[in-house]
Amino acid sequence: MTYIAKPKFQHPGLPKNELGYTHRDYEGKVSTLCAGCGHDSITASIIEACYELSIEPHRVAKISGIGCSSKTPDYFLGNSHGFNSVHGRMPSVLTGANLANRDLIYLGVSGDGDSASIGFGQFAHSIRRAVNMTYIVENNGVYGLTKGQFSATADRGSKSKKGVMNTDNAIDLVAIALQLGASFVARSFSGDKSQLVPLIAAAIRHKGAAFIDVISPCIAFNNHAGSTKSFDYVREHNDAVNRLDVLTGRDPISVEYAPGTVQVVEQHDGTRLALRKIDADYDANDRLAAMTFLQKHAAKGQVVTGLLYVDPDAEDLHTHLDTVETPLNTLEAKDLCPGSAALEKINASLR
Amino acid sequence: MSVQSPISSVNDFVVRFANVNGSGSASANELFARSILRHGVPVSPRNIFPSNIQGLPTWYEVRVTEAGHLGARGGVDLMVAMNPQTWDKDVASIEPGGYLFYDSTKPMPSSKFRADITVIGVPLTAITNSTYTDPRQRQLFKNIIYLGALCALLDLDPKLVEQLIGEQYKGKEKLLSSNVHALHLGRDWALQNLKCPIGLQVKKSDKVGDRIFMEGNSAAALGAVYGGATVCAWYPITPSSSVAEAFTSHCKKLRHDPETGKAKYAIVQGEDELASIGIVIGASWNGARAFTATSGPGISLMTEFIGLSYFAEIPAVIMNIQRAGPSTGMPTRTQQCDIIACAYASHGDTKHVLLFPEDPAEAFEFAAQSFDLADRLQTMIFLMLDLDIGMNHRLCRPLKWDDARQYDRGKVMTAEMLNEPGRDFGRYLDVDGDGIPYRTYPGTHPTKGSFFTRGTSRDRYARYSEEGAIYADNMQRLVRKFETAQDMVPRPLQANAARPTKYGVIYFGSTSPAMDEAIGILEARGHQLDRMRIRAFPFHSSVASFIADHDFVYVVEQNRDGQLRQLIVNENGIDPVRLVPILHYDGTPITARFIANAIGDHQDHLKVTPLRKAVS
Repeated sequence: MTYIAKPKFQHPGLPKNELGYTHRDYEGKVSTLCAGCGHDSITASIIEACYELSIEPHRVAKISGIGCSSKTPDYFLGNSHGFNSVHGRMPSVLTGANLANRDLIYLGVSGDGDSASIGFGQFAHSIRRAVNMTYIVENNGVYGLTKGQFSATADRGSKSKKGVMNTDNAIDLVAIALQLGASFVARSFSGDKSQLVPLIAAAIRHKGAAFIDVISPCIAFNNHAGSTKSFDYVREHNDAVNRLDVLTGRDPISVEYAPGTVQVVEQHDGTRLALRKIDADYDANDRLAAMTFLQKHAAKGQVVTGLLYVDPDAEDLHTHLDTVETPLNTLEAKDLCPGSAALEKINASLR
Repeated sequence: MSVQSPISSVNDFVVRFANVNGSGSASANELFARSILRHGVPVSPRNIFPSNIQGLPTWYEVRVTEAGHLGARGGVDLMVAMNPQTWDKDVASIEPGGYLFYDSTKPMPSSKFRADITVIGVPLTAITNSTYTDPRQRQLFKNIIYLGALCALLDLDPKLVEQLIGEQYKGKEKLLSSNVHALHLGRDWALQNLKCPIGLQVKKSDKVGDRIFMEGNSAAALGAVYGGATVCAWYPITPSSSVAEAFTSHCKKLRHDPETGKAKYAIVQGEDELASIGIVIGASWNGARAFTATSGPGISLMTEFIGLSYFAEIPAVIMNIQRAGPSTGMPTRTQQCDIIACAYASHGDTKHVLLFPEDPAEAFEFAAQSFDLADRLQTMIFLMLDLDIGMNHRLCRPLKWDDARQYDRGKVMTAEMLNEPGRDFGRYLDVDGDGIPYRTYPGTHPTKGSFFTRGTSRDRYARYSEEGAIYADNMQRLVRKFETAQDMVPRPLQANAARPTKYGVIYFGSTSPAMDEAIGILEARGHQLDRMRIRAFPFHSSVASFIADHDFVYVVEQNRDGQLRQLIVNENGIDPVRLVPILHYDGTPITARFIANAIGDHQDHLKVTPLRKAVS
């Protein structure tokens, strides 16, 4: 609850990361979500990922829309600027923010109502524009704040808490993101932090549109028998294709992997992603195969998780627009204003 | 029909070209207007075009006006009737004693003409077909051939027209010579076969001076370049699309790093107006200067974000090129119909700053200034143009820039300021009493100055709160801020009548040239009027005193409901009967004739002797 101030005390022995920050430095306010909410686990995973990557907390911009998920940026990275914008409009606000300053890390937090319904268009267009961002959807298949209506990601045939059957087809944001050219696509489960934390870390270090769909059960309205977004259902049907280790810095891969069991992908900034294969045939560099795999398994009721696709050579919107390396928001009149002499020439051309 | 002597006028007449959309006539017609300017004679051209790409009727009107009346005049003295579809209407619109120019290749029955006009037939198709074989060339050069014939008929100096063609096709010698050839083809035919010149003539003068000839949309876009805009997000909508297109072309010339060639700007064509304004707000929140350009329907779509900009106090600029509404309305016709929609855009209690430029020069100036105002006031600024200013070339004073001018980025707290001992940062803390708080850009300081931006209510330190007193405190500060804006926005300009008068007139934006001309007509009719041109909302205190100083004030505007008048009544608590609405809203630009007639008639009624006096 926000009226309870979080104690500032921290144990002097808390471990510190490369920059000398402790976990506490990546935390935010006390969550106002329901006790046991999947979203709080995602918050914890974001904190963990940022701590492990030794990110300067204030160099992250957290942007969200409206809904339970969109409240969460207040609960992590308290020294970062956050923007709880308009329902379904996080992607456009994030795009603009990114254009203004290419040097910050952009973390977009959204929900299934926010991204698959009112904001479906903005979700799609920010992905196809290749905005350099980590776009996390905290997906519970339900409208929580308005008390339990189905969202567009609810599976056909699943039941609401009141016993109503959903007859509409579900939108699979992962499938859409793949089709639209996202260069990093993953799915995870809020109940599986060991899978989620490295996925978030890898997405943050990815240059381009990185999308993570995190199934995050709503304990108040969508955690009952008949739901396909409940803790029990997702645990039973989770079909992870790989597990990920994110290796930063110049250290050689220290972990020993049996031959053929790991796929190493090096991203732009030198981060290496070691994908420990669970499904031996799964190739995370093959977009088409990923799409087929996903569809086949979805038809069987399985929830495919893991790093589903990554293009380590991706480009982003700034590359496409060929903008200067200096952030646009730091340019001054001397950089931007052509001055009176140029204006005189323009005047002369208009006579 | 009465025998009507042909109109005889030097440097004061209206030519209208009736064409088919997509026939390539636009560049020939513009060449015509420009060549008259080169004679030192002011012109005021207007495009009258349909919402269509090819095939529908389109008109181009050139008012030749040595006296410099740049508003639409109304009526046509010379009709260049190149469109059979609109023939009857076009012929009917010619003033008695006027002239009709047409393609006489196919004979027309005499019933198709009028006895009270002079008919000038030139076999354009026959001349074109005997000279060119390529159908595209036939189409394009036909336009230049009629331009050549007009040269002879109106006594234009062909050298000046050639000079213009030379500038247009510089480096493209083949096109240059073929255009000049076509020009002379038409001119020679007219000189040999027609009585030249006719009663309408252009004589060299010196009334253009150093003025420039520019479209308002291009000027506003250039103002954005000079004003330091780096992010532009937009969605195509008539009549605003050419703002973003002009911004793109200005930036390509003026905003690339000379060493790396990289762009010092980012332009995104959004998927809709919602995304466009979202991108603008995201960029502004992050410290860049950003804008979008749109028209009425776009404003409707953007209103949710506009409310966020107001309440969360994020600077942004919207250029609204107004067109006739409501709904899709008349997308290619002009109006000043979004005043109320923009002034109070969005749900809840909101008020926004509006700027009303009168012409391209002011559009440039106000566009540049709007970014300073947005940053200083941390709110949405609307630059209110309309189709008449935006999409027509208008003669205006040259654009000016003071090289000593710095951008006013407003109250932004830097890392150094945050480190000052005793410095208190509250995002919504009114430290100076002007209602304007300090903001920080994201990424400024490792431990100080971060805050959570939200559309929900919060306290002075940006902490979420639904406390009534805290909410009201914030809303009151926003009112204070709006009051501060009053003295920052461009002030109204006042001009008094030659003799003291009890009557005044208020007007704004594109009505300006028609109003200036109407004042002369009204003076000649014996009506004296003080006038005030409003240039911004919130209204400066001089607006209320101007109204108080007069018995009646006419409010001239181009919409049905008298929106500016409503705003004045509402914001200044003025008795509505003291403001007489003069409203023009058929989609055509307002004319001096209309204003003078409407005000003149009202004034004449006022002069009727009261019944009581008449009886006694």
